[in-house]
Amino acid sequence: MSAKKNSLSDLFGKIVRQQIFIPIAALFILLLFNLIFDPGFFVITLGENSAGDPVLSGNLITVINMGSELAILAIGMTFVTAASGGQDISVGAAIAIAGSVLLRVLCGDNTRPAAGELQTSFLVAFIVSCIVAMAFGAFNGVLVSIFKIQPMVATLILYTAGRSIAAWINNNELPIISDPEFGYFGGFIPGIPVPTPVFIAIACMIVAALVLKFTNLGLYTQAVGINENSSRLNGLNPVFIKWLTFVILGLCVAVAALIKVSRLSSINYSVIAKDIEMDAILAVALGGNALSGGKFNLWASIIGAYVIQLLTTTLFKYEVPSDALPAYKAVVVILLVVFSAPTVREKLAHLKKSPAAKKGVA
Amino acid sequence: MSKKIRNMTDSNMLLSITIIVFLLMYIGAIIFQGKGFTKPQTFFNILNANAGLIILACAESLVMITGGIDISVGGMTALVSMCCAVYLDHHNGNVPVSMLIALLIGLAYGLVQGYLVAYLDIQPFIVSLAGMFFARGMTTIVNSDPFNVVNEQFVALKLTRINVPGMGSINKKGVYVNAYVEIGVIIAILIVILMFVMLRWTKLGRSFYAVGGNKQSALMLGINVKKTKFLSHLICSVLAGIGGYVYFLHVGSGAVTNGQGAEMNAIASSIIGGTMLTGGVGNIIGSFIGVLSLATIQNIVATAGLGEAWWTGITIAAMLCLFLVIQSVLMARKKKMMKK
Amino acid sequence: MSEGALLELRGIYKSFPGVKALQNVDFNLRKGEIHALMGENGAGKSTLIKVLTGVYTKDEGDITLDGQSVNIRSPQDAQHMGISTVYQEITLCPNLSVAENIYIGRSDNVIQNWKEMFSGAEKMLKALDIPAEATAQLASCSIAVQQMVAIARAVDMDCKVLILDEPTSSLDDQEVQKLFKLMRDLKERGVGIIFVTHFLDQVYEVCDKITVLRDGKLVGEYPIKELPRVELVSKMLGKELDDMSEIKTHDVVKDDDDSVPVIYEAEGLSSTEGIKPFDFHIKKGEVNGFVGLLGSGRSECVRAIFGADRVLSGTVKKNGKIVKIQKPIDAMKNGIAYLPEDRKVDGIIGELSVKDNIILALQVMKGFFKPLSKSEAEAFAAEYIDMLKIKTASADTPIKSLSGGNQQKCIVARWLLTHPEYLILDEPTRGIDVGTKVDIQKLVLKLAEEGMSITFISSETDEMLRTCSRLIVMRDRKVVGELKGEDLTQSKIMSTIAGGEVQS
Repeated sequence: MSAKKNSLSDLFGKIVRQQIFIPIAALFILLLFNLIFDPGFFVITLGENSAGDPVLSGNLITVINMGSELAILAIGMTFVTAASGGQDISVGAAIAIAGSVLLRVLCGDNTRPAAGELQTSFLVAFIVSCIVAMAFGAFNGVLVSIFKIQPMVATLILYTAGRSIAAWINNNELPIISDPEFGYFGGFIPGIPVPTPVFIAIACMIVAALVLKFTNLGLYTQAVGINENSSRLNGLNPVFIKWLTFVILGLCVAVAALIKVSRLSSINYSVIAKDIEMDAILAVALGGNALSGGKFNLWASIIGAYVIQLLTTTLFKYEVPSDALPAYKAVVVILLVVFSAPTVREKLAHLKKSPAAKKGVA
Repeated sequence: MSKKIRNMTDSNMLLSITIIVFLLMYIGAIIFQGKGFTKPQTFFNILNANAGLIILACAESLVMITGGIDISVGGMTALVSMCCAVYLDHHNGNVPVSMLIALLIGLAYGLVQGYLVAYLDIQPFIVSLAGMFFARGMTTIVNSDPFNVVNEQFVALKLTRINVPGMGSINKKGVYVNAYVEIGVIIAILIVILMFVMLRWTKLGRSFYAVGGNKQSALMLGINVKKTKFLSHLICSVLAGIGGYVYFLHVGSGAVTNGQGAEMNAIASSIIGGTMLTGGVGNIIGSFIGVLSLATIQNIVATAGLGEAWWTGITIAAMLCLFLVIQSVLMARKKKMMKK
Repeated sequence: MSEGALLELRGIYKSFPGVKALQNVDFNLRKGEIHALMGENGAGKSTLIKVLTGVYTKDEGDITLDGQSVNIRSPQDAQHMGISTVYQEITLCPNLSVAENIYIGRSDNVIQNWKEMFSGAEKMLKALDIPAEATAQLASCSIAVQQMVAIARAVDMDCKVLILDEPTSSLDDQEVQKLFKLMRDLKERGVGIIFVTHFLDQVYEVCDKITVLRDGKLVGEYPIKELPRVELVSKMLGKELDDMSEIKTHDVVKDDDDSVPVIYEAEGLSSTEGIKPFDFHIKKGEVNGFVGLLGSGRSECVRAIFGADRVLSGTVKKNGKIVKIQKPIDAMKNGIAYLPEDRKVDGIIGELSVKDNIILALQVMKGFFKPLSKSEAEAFAAEYIDMLKIKTASADTPIKSLSGGNQQKCIVARWLLTHPEYLILDEPTRGIDVGTKVDIQKLVLKLAEEGMSITFISSETDEMLRTCSRLIVMRDRKVVGELKGEDLTQSKIMSTIAGGEVQS
């Protein structure tokens, strides 16, 4: 019997040691909290929106809907963190730029285009905004990889300038697109009751999974992040790989910007995606990934992103004002980093061991 | 000449660059933008408006010299000003106690952040990120609506002007007006001097540089690295508390948006002032001039008819970019020179 | 406690995950004694010193200083007790001035008196004949000067015990003599000095006693006069010298056989690391090596061959055809593999699994869009773990949790998997256990027999004598000679390194 118990506790130990355990556990704790205090949290209803199309609504739908941008950014942020050992704090500002470009290309000089007056197709506008976002990512990447400036500092530049650049692109006008089709990306496609951002996020995850499976991106970024010298001597080009991760993050930014802008059919340069960089970094940390780079688990980051959204939605439900949210998040962050700090873990392990040792003696 | 440059410490080299750039900029402003910049009061207004930022930049530089970073100083500014504002107006408080509140908030922050960074070895960026979140959130919880403080004692202090002897200009009515500074500027200047002296002429100050230069070596040289790191964060947060109060004294209101982006401005000023984020290199005078440079740019942009707000952000970022690249290139070249 | 004893260590134990670095080590130091601590790389010298200076805390054992039992918990503790240390790698702050590096962390004064400090430092630099200005930033001094500054600091500290951990590796002869004079002066003053070095001559020049460590264990303590060189070497290696000379297996000098094709040839090769342009070639199935003291440029030569540093000049021929090798990937594509000198810094990717570490080079050569399938990777890893007898819990264990020798085997496996024609091994035996050392040497000879060309570098000359059929001798970043056949003896190598040029 004791052998069985041992193997069970072994199995448990194995599960607990899995990196992905941390965000999943956090997810379950939050869900459990809601289940106990208000099972109504889980209610999902099928209703109709103002246009008369069927839509699903409920807190869980809100979580997976509103968490989409964060999950997409978490993908790029994970790669950047892994390869460069630092984080990009300019993604919020970059979303403002990409969104601004998207609107500028669609609207031209007319800031209030009617349904048929758009300058070009959504696809062309999106591609242009992708290119711009990737160019800014490349700019960050050059500073980090070639000039060897710490990522957080290098991206501080774009963080400072980004929202100003976004305003400048549209001459500080706030274009509004009245074409309802533009709202599909951030809302619902008629006839489909699941919010579109969910599909976009899933598509991004599938692309990321395929990239990880059919290329060496994962191995290369981890190798560069852990030991740049060794990687170079094994024929890798660390400068290029670091740069590449920033460009990839740029692409993620463009997709997130499309959703963000589409939700409003407009843009507010100083408010759009505000503080999202902090949430994206938090998602990576919550996923149990070392912020100093190296080994990573992409899926853990993505789950981390949804945990953050779930936390936000839960807090909203208890009528915490949105400006006060950060205080609660801070408590979560501190608890998380304190318990995952090596020194604390060592002490905990020591505490656990000593009673066991005493038992052994007795 | 080249030998002199070689023998110059990195700190001094970067400081010289900063001073030269600032002077060029200010002279340029006088030449191209004319009279406004020749008035002493223009310069002193820059000081008045940025006294808080100067203190925050000093705080930031200290942590950066020790090899860390603190992005919670902006949030603390908001928290300090809101707490003090609520105390002064809603609880009929008096000014000295409000100052004490500011100091206590700083002290509490310093103790917690310092402990987490120094003794639990958690990355300073994450710790202070949480600190920033917490401060911003708490500010809202304390009071979410912005309001102007009407406490008489406080308003009197806020409006106190100290004339700068021998400086002044003749205004449009032909009356000579003496140039003035606010109380906050005096505090800021005192702190700059104090910090400069501390970093240059005390053992503790030098150990900040040693720890920032090479943690491992500092340990071998007999410096208590953990204590030094702890102290750097402690002093930084206390200074941020003071800086927050000085800021509050200038704006005279409690608002959630107070000190928005101040942490990034403080970091940017430090970098422009020649502090390197890799640690071990920096100078408080440089940080002071860094703040002045930033403010001058803002002023130039504002008076140049580039009324659009975005120019400020873009020019500051461009300047930051320039300085970072210069630092990176200079250091790489110097390293190469050493090898030969 | 015997009379005149200054420092006594009894039964010191220290282990790291997977390694028992020190086991039951004793050590004695008397006043006014220069005591050499000898042993191969990985014998435990550095660990013992770090225990003494408070960088590591011992697991077990007692330390007695001046008759009192002490507990050294940190470098500050050690300094306060009068133990000062000069480490092999510079442990000063590059961003501070020379003077500050001498004085920082030593007094409890609150105020820094720059004037006094500069003049004190200036005086000391002059007294010790160190060509540096007190006010200069340390980073602007050469490595040798930095090392002298570190020594000046230690000497000035009024210490009872001075530990010199390989301080001479970056000093030239004159500087070494200056240091020895200093050591003798201190000895007169009653300071006990622990001296760690690789250079046997230096040991016999200044030391009174020798303590030998091997594989983390104490071999013995000997007065210098009772331990001739040959015996010292055999004590360090744990083998009798007679046995070792017999291991040599091949007498054929491939280089003299014109029927054997040249695999790799370089003319006037030089790199940014400041080696003088050199010519080099290697034939199919040949094992050759670069010998020279530390810092003589032997690693830099092979790094230039592999393109690890930026190549400045030279023409390179591979199998008779001119090729361009600018980056490691160029070399890899030309069938050249390179096992770097510093395993931790340049070799392993610590957190990645043994499997990923093994397949990395092959994977990079295959390209970004052609990842090995999971089963392929596992099969390769299993094959080489088996072949090289790598001791690991599984192929998915992070490589950093393996012992040094097994990590090194993984890196060897990584390069063997790419099936190179020409393999460069730079110090493959450094800091690993004796068993693995022999394994690696055997492997080298076996691979050569199968037709692989190998360049082998080791700071232990006898290893090179056993494996190489031709040695290129380096001094001051320049190739100064070539030895083969009859000339391959310890004494000939020494004399070539030392001066008298040998025509090849």
